[in-house]
Amino acid sequence: MKYIDEFRNVDITQKLIEKINEKFQGENNNKFINIMEVCGTHTMSIYKNGIDKLLPKNINLLSGPGCPVCVTDISYIDTAIDLSKNINNIICTFSDMIRVPGSKSTLEKERSKGGNIINIYSPLDCIDIASKNKDKEVIFLGIGFETTIPVVGLTIKKAFNYEISNFSVYSSFKTMPKVMEKIILDENININGFICPGHVGSIIGNQPFHKLAKDYNLPMVMSGFEHMDIVYAIYRLCEMIENKEFKCENEYKRIVKEEGNKKTLNLMKEVFEISSSNWRGLGTIENTGLKINSKYINFDTKHKFNLKEKKTQISSQCLCAEILKGIKKPKDCKLFKTKCSPKNPMGACMVSREGTCANFYKYE
Amino acid sequence: MCVAIPGKVIEIYEGESLIDFGKIKKRVNTFFIDNIQVGDYVLIHAGCAIEKVSEEEAIETMDIFKSISEELW
Amino acid sequence: MDRIMLSHGSGGEETHKLINELFYKYFKNDILLQQNDSSIINEIKGEIAITTDSFVINPIFFEGGDIGKLSVCGTINDLSMSGARPLYITVAFIIEEGLLISDLEKIVKSIADTASLAKVSIIAGDTKVVDKGRCDKIYINTTGVGVIDYSKSIDKTDIEVGDKIILSGTIGDHGISIMSQREYFQVENCIKSDCACLNELVENMLSTSNNIKIMRDPTRGGLATTLKEIVNTTNKSILINEASIKIKEDVRNFSEILGLDPLYIANEGKLICIVNGEDAPKVLKTMKENKLGKDASIIGEVINSDNANLYLKTELGATKILQMAQGEILPRIC
Repeated sequence: MKYIDEFRNVDITQKLIEKINEKFQGENNNKFINIMEVCGTHTMSIYKNGIDKLLPKNINLLSGPGCPVCVTDISYIDTAIDLSKNINNIICTFSDMIRVPGSKSTLEKERSKGGNIINIYSPLDCIDIASKNKDKEVIFLGIGFETTIPVVGLTIKKAFNYEISNFSVYSSFKTMPKVMEKIILDENININGFICPGHVGSIIGNQPFHKLAKDYNLPMVMSGFEHMDIVYAIYRLCEMIENKEFKCENEYKRIVKEEGNKKTLNLMKEVFEISSSNWRGLGTIENTGLKINSKYINFDTKHKFNLKEKKTQISSQCLCAEILKGIKKPKDCKLFKTKCSPKNPMGACMVSREGTCANFYKYE
Repeated sequence: MCVAIPGKVIEIYEGESLIDFGKIKKRVNTFFIDNIQVGDYVLIHAGCAIEKVSEEEAIETMDIFKSISEELW
Repeated sequence: MDRIMLSHGSGGEETHKLINELFYKYFKNDILLQQNDSSIINEIKGEIAITTDSFVINPIFFEGGDIGKLSVCGTINDLSMSGARPLYITVAFIIEEGLLISDLEKIVKSIADTASLAKVSIIAGDTKVVDKGRCDKIYINTTGVGVIDYSKSIDKTDIEVGDKIILSGTIGDHGISIMSQREYFQVENCIKSDCACLNELVENMLSTSNNIKIMRDPTRGGLATTLKEIVNTTNKSILINEASIKIKEDVRNFSEILGLDPLYIANEGKLICIVNGEDAPKVLKTMKENKLGKDASIIGEVINSDNANLYLKTELGATKILQMAQGEILPRIC
C-alpha cells in the first residue's frame, strides 16, 4: 500500500532504533525519559511491532487516554444496553463497543438474548438502515475523537437534509488537546514529551498541539502510525527533551496541515457545540466533549428520548484510571490476567483492542 | 485511536469516489475533500475521505527519516 | 416446485423424490445405493480415524467455494492432519424452508465434485427441513472416516528443540474472504477463500519423511491460536518469524483497513507441520511441488524456554509473546 509500505522500511527503522540506544541510553537508572502517546492506534502499532522492547530501559512509553472505548463511562454502556432492550430500536455501533463491559452486561450478550444490535463500518451506513426500517428507531452509538466526529456530523446533516425522522445519535464524543492539558497538570504524572495523534491532527491541525507545547514547555511530535514514524518521533522527542525544544514538531506533514482540514472543522461547528465530557478514570473535564447543537437536536438520542443517564461504580481493584493516565502499568493491576482477560474484561482497557491492557495481554 | 488508511482515487461520482487500496476497491464519501482528482491519494476513515495525502511532503519526510538514520554519530 | 418445503423433510414421497432426483444424482456409489438404514462397508485394515464437523457459514456461496465444498474439505483436512487417508464421509443437511432447490443443487454438486477430487465416497446422509426462520438457509454436518496407512501415526507431544515449523502458504485468506462478502464492509472486488482438500499434499509429505510429528490446519482462530494450542498441549515453546509469514496483498490490505490481524484469521486450505530439523528442507521441497504448497515456508522452530510460550519475532527484531484468540475476531475503527 502506497504511503504505508515505504514507512515500514525495516532497515531505516532499525537504524533509528540503534541511534536511540546509542544516544539516549541512561546509565545507572538516571536520565529517565517518559513519553506518552494519546492514540490507541499508536499503542497498537508500538506493541504489535515490539518497539517498546527495542528501546533502552530508561525510555518509558506510556499510553494515555487515547482509546475512545477505554474512556467511555460505564454508565454510557449501561444506557446503550437499556436502549437495545427496546424492540423498536436498532442499535448501530462500531464493533469496538460490542464487548465493552457495562455494570452487568455487554452489547454482545444482549444481542445473544435477541437485542437488535448491528456492527457497522461507517456511521453513514445508518442512513440506509433507517430508510429500510421506517418502523424502527435507528440509534447510532456515537463514540470517538475528532477523527470520527466529522463523519458522524456528516451523517446527521444528511439525515436532516433527507428528512429522516427515525435516526438519532447517542453521543459521547471527546476531544483531544484539553485532556492532554489535564494530564500535564496532574502532579502525579511526569511526562517529558508527547507523541501526538496523527489522525486527530489531520482534522484539527498541528497548531493546537503546538500551542500546548509552548504553553507548558513540553516537547511534542505529531506522528504517523507506521513503525518508522513512531520510532523517528521517539528519537526526535529524546533530542528535543535534551535540547529543551518546546514545540509540536509535525512529522506527519503528508497528512497533517498546521491548520487542519477546514471543511471537517466547519462541519463540526455546524452540527456540534463544545461541552464538558465524562472521562472514565479522569472524571468530568470541561471543554473536552462535543454535543449535538440545537439545530440538529432532533438527532440527539438523549433529547429525543429524554434519557436520564445513570451513575455507576466500577470495581475498586480495576486500575484502568491510573493506567489511562500512564501512572501504572497493566502488570501493577491485581486483576490483570487473573480475573481480567480479553475473554472476561473487567474494564475497558482490556476489552478494546487498542486498550493498554489488551495490548499487554496479547503482545506482552 | 482511529484506523485510517490511504487509498488512490480511481473513479469520481457525485459526493463519492471509488478508492483503490491495493487490490481492494471501495466507494467512499468525499464530502470533505476539495478538488478531488483521479490519481489523488486520500486518507479514509469510517467510510469517509478525511484528507488528501501530499506526495511532496511524503517524499520530504522519507528523505529526512532516511538521512537521519544514516547520519554518523 | 422451486423451493424446499417442510414436506421435503417429512420422510414421505417428497423426501424420496428429493433423494432420488437430487442426492443420488450426484452422490451415486454402490455403498450409498444400498439404500439401507445403515451403509455396510468393507473391513478397514489399520487404525481408523473418525471426525465430525458442522458448517453454518454465511454467505453460503463465496468466492472460492461454498458451504458444500467447505463441509467436505473441513472434514477431510481433519482426517489428514491426523495422518489418516480419508475414505468415506457422511453428509447431513438441516435446511430452512424456502431455500431455492437450485441453490441446494449447486451445493450438492459441489459436495460431490469435492469428494470426487479427494477420492472420497459419500456413503450415508440425512435431510431435515425446519420452519422458515429456524435456521439460516442451510447447515451441514459431515463425518469422516479414514485409515492410518503409515507406520507411525502423528503423535502430538514428542516435539523437540530444533524441530522446524513449516506453513503451507499464505494466511488469512478464508476469513478475510468471508468478511469481504458480508454486508458490513462491501468491496467492489471479492477476495478468494483458500478452501481446499489437503489430503494429497499430506500424502506427499508423509511419503517424504517419517519425522513429521504434528500437523494441524489453522482454521478458526488462525495460525496464532493453532500454534498456541500446540504449545499448551506439548508444553514446549515455539518461536515464529513475522518476516517469513506470507500474506496475500488483498488480504493484508483488507486487514489494514479494518484493523484486523491475519495471524488470528481463519484458513481453510492451509496446514502447519512440525518436523525435525534434518528432514525440514526435503519436506519443504515436497510441499512446494504441490500447487497447495507452492508458497510453503519454514516460519519458525521449537525453542528452549523457561515457560512454554508462543513467541513472535517481529520484523523489527523484537521478540514478544502471542496469546490465543479470545472472543469473536472483530474489526475496529476507533
